[in-house]
Amino acid sequence: MTGLAGPRALTGTGVLTGVGVLARLALRRDRVLLPIWVYVIGILPVSFAVTFADLYPTAADRAEFARTSAGNATFMALYGPLSGSSLGELVVWRGGFIPVITGLISLLVVIRHTRTEEEAGRRELVGSTVVGRQAGLAAALVVTLAANLGLAVVTAAALSLRGLPVAGSVAAGLEYAAAGWIFAGVGAVAAQLTTSAGAARGIATVALAGSFAARVLGDHGGFTVPGGPGGSWEWLSWASPIGLVQRIGPYAATSGAERWWVLAVAAGLVAALVAAAVALSARRDLGAGLLPDRLGRAEAAPAFGSPLALTWRLHRGLLAGWLTGFALLGLVFGGVAAGVTDLVEDNPGLGDVFTRLGGRAGLIDAYLAAIMSILGMIAAGYAIQAVLRLRAEEAAGRAEPVLATAVSRPRWAASHLVFAALGPAAAMLLAGAVTGLVYGLTDGGVGRQTARGLGWAAAQLPAVALLAAIALALFGLLPRLWAMSWAVLAACLFIGLVGSGLNLSHWLLDLSPFTHTTHASGGSADPLPLASLCVLVLALAAVGLAGLRRRDIPTT
Amino acid sequence: MDEAIRAEGLVKTFGPTRALDGLDLRVRTGEVHGFLGPNGAGKSTTLRVLLGLMRADAGTVSLLGGDLWREATALHRRLAYVPGDVTLWPNLSGGEAIDLLGRLRGGLDRRRRAELLDRFDLDPRLKGRSYSKGNRQKVALVAAFASDVELLLLDEPTSGLDPLMEEQFRELVREEQRRDGRTVLLSSHILSEVEALCERVTIIRDGRAVESGTLAEMRHLTRTIVQADLTPAADAAATAAGLAAIPGVHDLATAGGRVSFEADEGALTPALSRLAAVGVRGLVSTPPTLEELFLRHYDRSGASGATTGAGAATGAAAGGERAEAGR
Ligand SMILES: Nc1ncnc2c1ncn2[C@@H]1O[C@H](COP(=O)(O)OP(=O)(O)OP(=O)(O)O)[C@@H](O)[C@H]1O
Ligand SMILES: [Mg+2]
Repeated sequence: MTGLAGPRALTGTGVLTGVGVLARLALRRDRVLLPIWVYVIGILPVSFAVTFADLYPTAADRAEFARTSAGNATFMALYGPLSGSSLGELVVWRGGFIPVITGLISLLVVIRHTRTEEEAGRRELVGSTVVGRQAGLAAALVVTLAANLGLAVVTAAALSLRGLPVAGSVAAGLEYAAAGWIFAGVGAVAAQLTTSAGAARGIATVALAGSFAARVLGDHGGFTVPGGPGGSWEWLSWASPIGLVQRIGPYAATSGAERWWVLAVAAGLVAALVAAAVALSARRDLGAGLLPDRLGRAEAAPAFGSPLALTWRLHRGLLAGWLTGFALLGLVFGGVAAGVTDLVEDNPGLGDVFTRLGGRAGLIDAYLAAIMSILGMIAAGYAIQAVLRLRAEEAAGRAEPVLATAVSRPRWAASHLVFAALGPAAAMLLAGAVTGLVYGLTDGGVGRQTARGLGWAAAQLPAVALLAAIALALFGLLPRLWAMSWAVLAACLFIGLVGSGLNLSHWLLDLSPFTHTTHASGGSADPLPLASLCVLVLALAAVGLAGLRRRDIPTT
Repeated sequence: MDEAIRAEGLVKTFGPTRALDGLDLRVRTGEVHGFLGPNGAGKSTTLRVLLGLMRADAGTVSLLGGDLWREATALHRRLAYVPGDVTLWPNLSGGEAIDLLGRLRGGLDRRRRAELLDRFDLDPRLKGRSYSKGNRQKVALVAAFASDVELLLLDEPTSGLDPLMEEQFRELVREEQRRDGRTVLLSSHILSEVEALCERVTIIRDGRAVESGTLAEMRHLTRTIVQADLTPAADAAATAAGLAAIPGVHDLATAGGRVSFEADEGALTPALSRLAAVGVRGLVSTPPTLEELFLRHYDRSGASGATTGAGAATGAAAGGERAEAGR
């Protein structure tokens, strides 16, 4: 920070005084991660273009691919609808999840540089120098908006250089950036509402998940539950920020041109969100949220006297949030499951595809396997988050007083790990059961489909546990590298979402545990990979706990 | 068992930093022991090693007669710890944090808890994130003092407390002192607090104990500040040179016919004899203070440094060139 906060660097005396200094501070702190994600996500579409051109060299190949893929409900859920069969349209369709990723990263970055700083008390240190009261928020937004713009430039340039139409390439870049901008605004608003960064992340992520779910429902035409509301649900996709930006429609050959005016709508939304965040921030005190703290108990409840009682208090909010989210996801995915086969059956030209994929049952199986592996990766995020609560407690200095009482280190760790193990498992099983149940309502076999849904979900649990175990091993042995657990999850997500599209070699795909659980849930795979997964989980957990027993607390 | 804490030759390194460098610490059962040292001297690290939170690279620790790494939970029941930086769970009330820590230790005295809340004037219903620094400190103090334990390890327990609350804290420690067999290890930067409460002190610097003993013994280690006006006939420069040659004379300065210096206990007699020999018109001597001793150890510059001299010699002649006493 030295050299940055010198008074000479600060000019003016308004609420924005010091934005430049703070923005540079934020850039400095993110100097490694920010360029990486801008670049990696920025060039991702080009890698799709390369793969598609390789696999489907002629226009006829691509038309055939588009014809079969248009009927794939899993693809529809993950990427959105496919508008045509030009190379550009295929690329943009395949990158349909990129707006979710830019949105997620943007909201995390904004919260990291606003509420996290405030919660840690560092904002106060900076705020006492010559810095306007909106400067922190403005700096976080400036950095995030600029990063997304950079991403748009990378994407547009890379796609144009690959020979795709320039207008479409620019539209694709702006689609991803617009999602990032909107959710940066959502993050900025969420950061004003609560006093804890964790709760702010929760609120903003729920908003993102909700807009993804709305997009899925809208694109599928809604629930196909008997007696459910009929009619077109497409307005849901338009109402969802994710669906909205996708409707810019880069390279849209069929509809004639890109809908540039959608960008103006997105910009209006960003402006409204930023204005709301600024207004909220102006009304509250430093460190305070908008939702006031209530008084607590003067004395603890009689049962509140064990490590587990403490961790229940620390984890229950997280657990409730994830259970709700997973139940909703199960509802959405189960609701659209019945439509999986409709899409194919309604299309007489797809009869051969239909039988090749194993008929109705085969299609549903493929769909469920894909959905559950995605849910598994999301649940692994929860598992890592729960394990890393240990690290958060240690870093905040709250582990020390507990460990200075009659609580041993393994008991302390176990009290958190209970939630890291059972929480994601409960969320997965709940999502599986709800998916099966809702699908069973249309299929007539509620009991059978619920059981099947549970089975699919359970098959993912070893992979979920493996990521939790990796986080635990890092925490015990290399506590400074705890963030690597997120890198491992990101790699799994990359392999799962992007890998098959990139034609990666088999051993690379096999590195992700979710590749194995997805195969295993097909029922045909041999149990060896699953068994070795379980052994690996136990070994890593043992290593982590052994490391924890020996190391210094706190390790900074 | 007459030693509650016995640590010998503790070494602890953090990468390139040598936080503890052969530290010895002995605390007798039943005493209030002061633990002083400049920032970064290794006080907090020592307490963490004593608690078994950190493992020393070398050296031995015995706490309440036991080995921390093997019987940590059993020993932890018999002690209470107040960390240097108190952080509370943001969504737990102060009262809940007090009860939780007490119960995890094996129970706490409800009457004492209520009395302490009253004495510290603390509202236990606020959520952890709403407490001010001083009030967070009070939560930790109530949790520690409400437990019935043999040993209290307190890391700068009064930082952030207002003077009234600081007085309450002193009163509490005195009460502990009066009860039999209660041991307190008190790390502190506040000299008056240590002077008021502690029977014995250990001063550490750069990870080593540089001084350890009772306060009375410490006073003998302090320096007397002497300021003498020489008779006009005396040769001030020659006198100063003679004084500088005496071991234990520090911070010698002359200004005209006035000589001022600091002298260790052992150097007083030879220095005064020399002054008497050349003839003195006036003499002011400032009695030794513990503060001077502590400042001397706090000064990290190594030599019996300029800052120490300046701080301690405020009563001495102002101005005049200072001659660094040769050693
Ligand atoms: N976890 C750690 N990692 C690296 N270095 C550390 C760690 N803990 C302490 N140190 C270093 O060890 C030395 C001693 O620190 P310690 O906290 O024990 O000092 P202290 O005497 O308590 O100081 P203060 O009076 O400021 O509280 C310091 O140089 C500090 O930087
Ligand atoms: Mg300290």
